Amino acid sequence: MSTTSETDGRSKKAGLFDIRNIIGALMALYGVILALAGLLGEHEPEKTGGVNANLWTGLALLVVGLGFFAWARLRPIVVPPDVDRADDDPTRPAPQRKRPPAH
Amino acid sequence: MSSDTLIDANWLDYLLVAIYFGFVLGIGVMARRSVSDSIDFFLSGRSLPAWVTGLAFISANLGAVEIMGMSANGAQLGLPTFHYFWVGAVPAMLFLGVVMMPFYYGSKVRSVPEFMFRRFGTGAHLVNAISFAVAQLLIAGVNLALLAGIVRALLGWPIWVSLIVAGAVVLSYITLGGLSAAIYNEVLQFFVIVASLLPLTLIGLNRVGGWDGLTDKISAASAGASSASDAPPAAQQLNAWPGQALSGFDSPLLSVVGIVFGLGFVLSFGYWTTNFVEVQRAMASDSISAARKTPIIGAFPKMFVPFIVIVPGMVSAVLVAEMIELKDGGSPAGGASGDVTYNDALLLLMRDVLPNGLLGLAIAGLLAAFMAGMAANISAFNTVFSYDLWQRYIRKDHSDDYYLRIGRLATVGATVIAIFTAQIALGYDNVMNYLQTLFGFFNAPLFATFILGMFWKRMTPTAGWVGLVAGTLSAIAVDRTAAAGVFELSGQGVAFLAASVAFVVDIVLSVVVSLVTKPKPAEELRGLVYSETPREDRTDPNEASYPWYRRTAPLAGIALAMVVVLNFAF
Repeated sequence: MSTTSETDGRSKKAGLFDIRNIIGALMALYGVILALAGLLGEHEPEKTGGVNANLWTGLALLVVGLGFFAWARLRPIVVPPDVDRADDDPTRPAPQRKRPPAH
Repeated sequence: MSSDTLIDANWLDYLLVAIYFGFVLGIGVMARRSVSDSIDFFLSGRSLPAWVTGLAFISANLGAVEIMGMSANGAQLGLPTFHYFWVGAVPAMLFLGVVMMPFYYGSKVRSVPEFMFRRFGTGAHLVNAISFAVAQLLIAGVNLALLAGIVRALLGWPIWVSLIVAGAVVLSYITLGGLSAAIYNEVLQFFVIVASLLPLTLIGLNRVGGWDGLTDKISAASAGASSASDAPPAAQQLNAWPGQALSGFDSPLLSVVGIVFGLGFVLSFGYWTTNFVEVQRAMASDSISAARKTPIIGAFPKMFVPFIVIVPGMVSAVLVAEMIELKDGGSPAGGASGDVTYNDALLLLMRDVLPNGLLGLAIAGLLAAFMAGMAANISAFNTVFSYDLWQRYIRKDHSDDYYLRIGRLATVGATVIAIFTAQIALGYDNVMNYLQTLFGFFNAPLFATFILGMFWKRMTPTAGWVGLVAGTLSAIAVDRTAAAGVFELSGQGVAFLAASVAFVVDIVLSVVVSLVTKPKPAEELRGLVYSETPREDRTDPNEASYPWYRRTAPLAGIALAMVVVLNFAF
């Protein structure tokens, strides 16, 4: 990571919007839902060959999700105090946002 | 099955799909409103760490081509399909990172036609912009056809209704801003796809009795095949080399040459080094060093992707009743597009082995991949159409708003056209054959012109466009000759041959034309031609201070060693 050292007063951590936290949230949420489905729902062993696939996949996803949270906690990304507003990527037809005049 | 749809999804599956789209659209909305500095930080160009851009790089490619095409190929041909990854992708990705990325990152071009314009001027630019736009429309059709296949499998609608609905879904995804946070989405998508395909592979292998069970079943099916079956013999399906089933050559030596030169060199280098849908991901990284490492870091997961897309295809061919019948020469009814084809290998396996819950996760992953893939094709088309074609050649000097409106119209137009190009894709029972044919037409000559123009400063503007036109025409000629039945190669052999011919024709003609026409002055070629670019423009001054595992060359060396080992192991 390129963002570990300089932490002056005005910079702050990326926190909730750190991409690792978003990945972690999705994986953990999927993990919980699948694990619950595995515990409470029909198990359908004739499809999987006897394994409770929902439960095990759910647990694995939960571990991966928590792993991403832990990584983001241990090595937080520090956002520099003066971030350029994202430029509109002209290759993308999403609704456009004008770049404010340079400061 | 209780219902008449191919896949029997319930509320739990739809919940998992809905959660995924909630995340994607939520990120899109946050990105547009920039509720947080950190989102700006992640989206502003050139700020991302190499692992993020590396995964986005792989994910931008992990769409229809990879998932459906490779599993279809795995079901039909078996292990030789691994060549698409170990010969046909990893070496080219390493080459891109080590040799070509410094030019792209340093010259800040945003599209292939832009590079062509700066290196060769108007002629090559116009030819390339048109052929790029056409290629994007055709490939968008492939993604749309596969997306519609899933809609049909889920809901049981006729294929043309599914096509229109799928087109409308992609259009709303683009307009709702799903693309403005493309890199976030692509990294998320990568994890969702791995999370759904890995269990599918493991459960599938469990059902057939592990790897040994799979090889036994393939051998048994091959030994007992009916005369109508055109499946290759088991020995060819179970060894990656010499891969006659893939290349269509009877002679093992010719087959190896065909795979290494046709697939490994021309097609794959052409695809990976000139495909800006992917190269742009690397441009978002925070330094020239990170940009070079992007494809190299991507190469590591890429090496292992085939295990979760090809192996399920092979399992499907021995486990799913319809696939067994198809491979034995039959034509069972009920696939995503009417009759069962190899393209249905993965969907049918999902139906047979995934319980509700995991099924939803898999559907979310597939929908996400095809939608993002098609959206990327359409936005690439849109850029080239509105800026490279419309603005440069048709209506100059209008306001930004004018070109944005043109861009929006182009987006809608491209979606409608894709509904029609999807019909062509539906005509191929293994979509991989079609895609490789297209890459042979468009990417192989482009790569020849790129590589020659980058290393030979004598190459002239006239040679630029003449080579491109002749290369594409000769590839089309080879393909049409084969289609007319003049000669026959099974598998993807025709595509490999067409690509190789296009490459050779392009190089030879470019050299000949260059020798009789006038080159550009050397001072205009800085940053575009190797010998005219000073060393400090091509390297990162901080590179030497990094530990070895963060430097470009050692990482590339490790990746290369691993892929050689994998080639020997299979």
